Amino acid sequence: MNRIQEILQERILVLDGAMGTMIQRHTLEEEHFRTNWFEDHPSSLKGNNDLLSLTQPEIIKEIHSVYFEAGADIAETNTFSGTTIAQADYGLESAVYDINFHSAKIAREVADEFTAREPHKPRFVAGSMGPTNRTASISPDVNDPGFRAISFDELVTAYKQQANALIDGGVDLLLVETVFDTLNAKAALFAIDEVLTERELDLPIMVSGTITDQSGRTLTGQTTEAFLISISHMNLLSVGLNCALGASMMRPYLQVLNKKAPFNVSAHPNAGLPNEFGEYDETPELMAAQIKEFLDEGLVNIIGGCCGTTPDHIKAIADLSANYTPRKQLVDVE
Amino acid sequence: MSNSNATLKLSGLEPLIVTPETNFVNVGERTNVTGSRKFLRLIKEELFDEALSVAREQVEGGAQIIDINMDEGMIDGKEAMVRFLNLIAAEPDIARVPVMIDSSKWEIIEAGLKCVQGKGVVNSISLKEGEEQFVEYATKIKRYGAAVIVMAFDEDGQADSYERRIEICERSYRVLVDKVKFPKEDIIFDPNIFPVATGMEEHNNNALDFFRATKWIRENLPGAHVSGGVSNVSFSFRGNNVVREAMHAAFLYHAIQNGMDMGIVNPSMLEVYDDIDKQLLEYIEDVLLNRRDDATERLLEHAQTVSGEGKVRVVDLSWRETNVKERLAHALVKGITDYIEEDTEECRLTFERPIEVIEGPLMDGMNIVGDLFGSGKMFLPQVVKSARVMKKAVAYLLPFIEEEKGGEQSFAGRVLMATVKGDVHDIGKNIVGVVLSCNNYEVIDMGVMVAPEKIIEEAIAQKVDVIGLSGLITPSLDEMVTVAKEMERADLSIPLMIGGATTSKVHTAVKIDEHFTKDQAIHVLDASRSVTVVEQLLGSKKPDFIKGIETEYSRVREHHAKNRAQKQLLSLDQARANKFQIDWEQESIAKPNFLGRKEISVTTAELIPFIDWTPFFRTWELHGKYPAILNDEVVGEEATKLFADAKEMLNSIANENWLQHKGIIGIFPANAVEDDILIYDPEDETKQISVQHAMRQQTKKAAGVTNIALSDFIAPVDSGKKDYIGGFVVTSGIGIDSKVEAFEADHDDYNSILIKALADRLAEAFAEYGHKLVRTDIWGYSKDESLDNDELIKEKYVGIRPAPGYPACPDHTEKIGLFELLDATNATGVELTDSLAMTPTAAVSGWYFASPHSKYFGIGKITGEQVKSLAERKEMELHVMERWLSPNLH
Repeated sequence: MNRIQEILQERILVLDGAMGTMIQRHTLEEEHFRTNWFEDHPSSLKGNNDLLSLTQPEIIKEIHSVYFEAGADIAETNTFSGTTIAQADYGLESAVYDINFHSAKIAREVADEFTAREPHKPRFVAGSMGPTNRTASISPDVNDPGFRAISFDELVTAYKQQANALIDGGVDLLLVETVFDTLNAKAALFAIDEVLTERELDLPIMVSGTITDQSGRTLTGQTTEAFLISISHMNLLSVGLNCALGASMMRPYLQVLNKKAPFNVSAHPNAGLPNEFGEYDETPELMAAQIKEFLDEGLVNIIGGCCGTTPDHIKAIADLSANYTPRKQLVDVE
Repeated sequence: MSNSNATLKLSGLEPLIVTPETNFVNVGERTNVTGSRKFLRLIKEELFDEALSVAREQVEGGAQIIDINMDEGMIDGKEAMVRFLNLIAAEPDIARVPVMIDSSKWEIIEAGLKCVQGKGVVNSISLKEGEEQFVEYATKIKRYGAAVIVMAFDEDGQADSYERRIEICERSYRVLVDKVKFPKEDIIFDPNIFPVATGMEEHNNNALDFFRATKWIRENLPGAHVSGGVSNVSFSFRGNNVVREAMHAAFLYHAIQNGMDMGIVNPSMLEVYDDIDKQLLEYIEDVLLNRRDDATERLLEHAQTVSGEGKVRVVDLSWRETNVKERLAHALVKGITDYIEEDTEECRLTFERPIEVIEGPLMDGMNIVGDLFGSGKMFLPQVVKSARVMKKAVAYLLPFIEEEKGGEQSFAGRVLMATVKGDVHDIGKNIVGVVLSCNNYEVIDMGVMVAPEKIIEEAIAQKVDVIGLSGLITPSLDEMVTVAKEMERADLSIPLMIGGATTSKVHTAVKIDEHFTKDQAIHVLDASRSVTVVEQLLGSKKPDFIKGIETEYSRVREHHAKNRAQKQLLSLDQARANKFQIDWEQESIAKPNFLGRKEISVTTAELIPFIDWTPFFRTWELHGKYPAILNDEVVGEEATKLFADAKEMLNSIANENWLQHKGIIGIFPANAVEDDILIYDPEDETKQISVQHAMRQQTKKAAGVTNIALSDFIAPVDSGKKDYIGGFVVTSGIGIDSKVEAFEADHDDYNSILIKALADRLAEAFAEYGHKLVRTDIWGYSKDESLDNDELIKEKYVGIRPAPGYPACPDHTEKIGLFELLDATNATGVELTDSLAMTPTAAVSGWYFASPHSKYFGIGKITGEQVKSLAERKEMELHVMERWLSPNLH
């Protein structure tokens, strides 16, 4: 059994918080996204946060470090948009290997530092694999509902490249996250399965879906349970939910996973819902109070934060979850 | 992860869990070109809408999985499979069930697997081409995440006996479970349903062998399921639906008893077992169970006597019986295009004009869709579908509408749509585009990640009537503000619609509309409302509509300001710790050309170019921006008249010297100490002659946003830097009283109000004039400034001139110190009333800050702690201070 699986038997693991929110604290301008790597790139790169692993590695390191400091066990690499598909918008398909490799490497270094310092609390690195900005199940053209802007094969190719680079960079596990179209996630899992088979590796895989609103469905219309069934063909370390909802709104769907999932269950909710200005203003205390309900109910094995969460939030969550035992997987699944 | 007692779980948009209690999973078979001639024709002729209706009918009729087969020599099976599966994905009432991808060609199966987000079933693979191939396919299916049907077929052919069936099924099972590690519960065997009563003796055991093999599989191959194509069994009775339907029911009854838990059945070709005529049932069961040698003959004979249409189809068409408006609404909500043309036609005949069908019943239906979507009872794909139904209806009506117009294709207006820079989400925008084009608007869709300058360029080039911005992610909110600002700068008087998941009325009112004065920014809640909004914006009632929106938005803004203020407040120390930071070490402070007090004078003629006319019209409740207001469709005429009168009076004011202008300006050395600004004697800079007490924002800010006080713009004492502050009082109201009295004596209210309004404008113009003089000459920190009046109104200059009693320094009592410092009453004749209002009222006073960092802001709510601090610093009684600051007190 993998080390992380052993630890998961004993305690709840804490995932880090938002990368974007932390990056926003630095006032970064166009030139910061170009430093040393893309000085002459013809189009604007501002806002392409994944590039910062290359151009501003110190900032990204610092962010990993403050999250570990706050009590996170698992850091997510800064690679949410690290696919040729997502980078195509910036004309930076060629940078994808470097983004993933260096993002993984940075997180690895910081994690190892912390593990050396606190051997009783080893830190892990999860390679973040985002949903890309295209949907394999929905047509972008209303007049042609049968059209697809991206194919399964294209997704598999892109995800294979990302997974390989993340593994080269030294990640401990892979996290397919913010799944709003399950077909995209299935392509990611297909790619990971091929990569692991080719490399004769066994790396834990986490999948985290996104329930977009109170209808309880993903963007592409699946219920939580349908989503779970659609990705259960892989032997996952965990299945969970992240983004879109704050903790309390996520709870009913976590209850579904708790009851039905034959894997560990993870949750990394947003710091509430964005206010009218797109800011997340739920305080660490408020968020922790809602997460306490998850813990009281024994719903989760891995807990962290998504949009709007900060090291303060993660610290509140980590302090709280230290007092709880992890969710017990139900033996009889149905 | 599977264990021996795991259950088969499949999914479309919703789960399908096959437990022992499930009894039987009904697989729809009509979307199969090999089984349905109608479906084959629809696919061949590419009538995909109707083909989708076939699928929908099946799901409505109770199919829990739909089998899709495109194996026909005349069609490109792979392309048809992909096309059809992609189309189904956009139909939530079909896609809610899992699909069964049915083909004898691996290429088609694999293409199909790449299209389904749910967990479907592959139908089928077998050992026909050998074990190696079988393993390869099964491995792939597992990786794609599907269940699989395994045919009882091997290298030697199809199993046609009980023994061959169990032999092949057992071998397949062992390979799948042991070699491929295929989850046991995801294996479904099809042990071949063959026809009975064919007249050939070797077929007599066909049904019975199937039943026995089924029982064996369920008992000996743990986890595995059994399925089959039921209609095969009655092949001999084609044309006799009564017999066929009864035979299917009887076969299913026995097969299920033996453990078959899934089957491909046409539910409309199925009798209820208990309803089968007893005589017929007996003959049929004799055949199925091979109970008599003459069973076949007896059934054939009996079959002659019972023939007919069979069971009536059970698709629920009761909605067709309602009135046409309800039918249109139903079709829109359910996304059904089948009857839309005939319903639209029926509806058209009841109206005078075809456009009324769109404006009436169709928009009513779309509003229902909007409401359902808004309340989370419909989700995105359904709404897209509704939009398509709408489009069909409109397409049907268009020729009639054009005929009415004399055959000319003309649009009701031109709308530019774009997803803003940095955002790639375009689904919502596309929906709005469709809905608008449905309503005869020409839509120019610029796509996603569109930069502000491109939007503006295109809007000008295409002369669009409305711009619609969309975005899903939160940074898009700022981008929308940027676009609004750029439109303002480019002087684009085009209404701006804002939409997308994170947008809100509050954000539009507070952040976008505020920066956009050229026209109206409007938040559009959802696509179905976009039409009404555009319609109103382009119609004759635009001013009323905009007035309504403006009123609503100012209410929203007030409410927001209140709400905002109710948010958490920081302690004064915390707020001070988060002060606006200027690096005084690096800062170069402009030394004024002049220090001390200085009276300034000006003529009316000199002030006229500095007048901001828009507030003048607002005084008269004429809403609109100058100069566009003069040509406004509704108020233009009145505005033009008023403007002419105003100019005439201005002439008199200027030429007959009705009003005189007096002003005093002073510039003094100053330094900040905490929130106070100490003001020194220009002659002796060690001598403090006044203090301005600044107030500090205390609302809790987002990370990186500061809590400002005006004192932050002045170098603190301990910086060792010399800094300066200015002050001014100007009036244009000298002489007004006698004029007002004269008009009133003459009962001429119009001119009485007019001169007051003009004096107010002149005083504001004087303040603007004076500020410019200070910037370019008296202080002289902005010598090379060249701004036109428009830019002045927009406060493009460096430095600020905040007035006591206004948002940045709401404390009216600060006017006392300002007036003393400038000896203003002596110099200008302006006096302060008990309530600290200035008389004449046509007067403006304020402070000058020259720092390039200075900016206007609002103090918002403050705590009692700050009020107390102010009272102490100003040596005023606390309750007096509290009274003055009560609007700001939390």
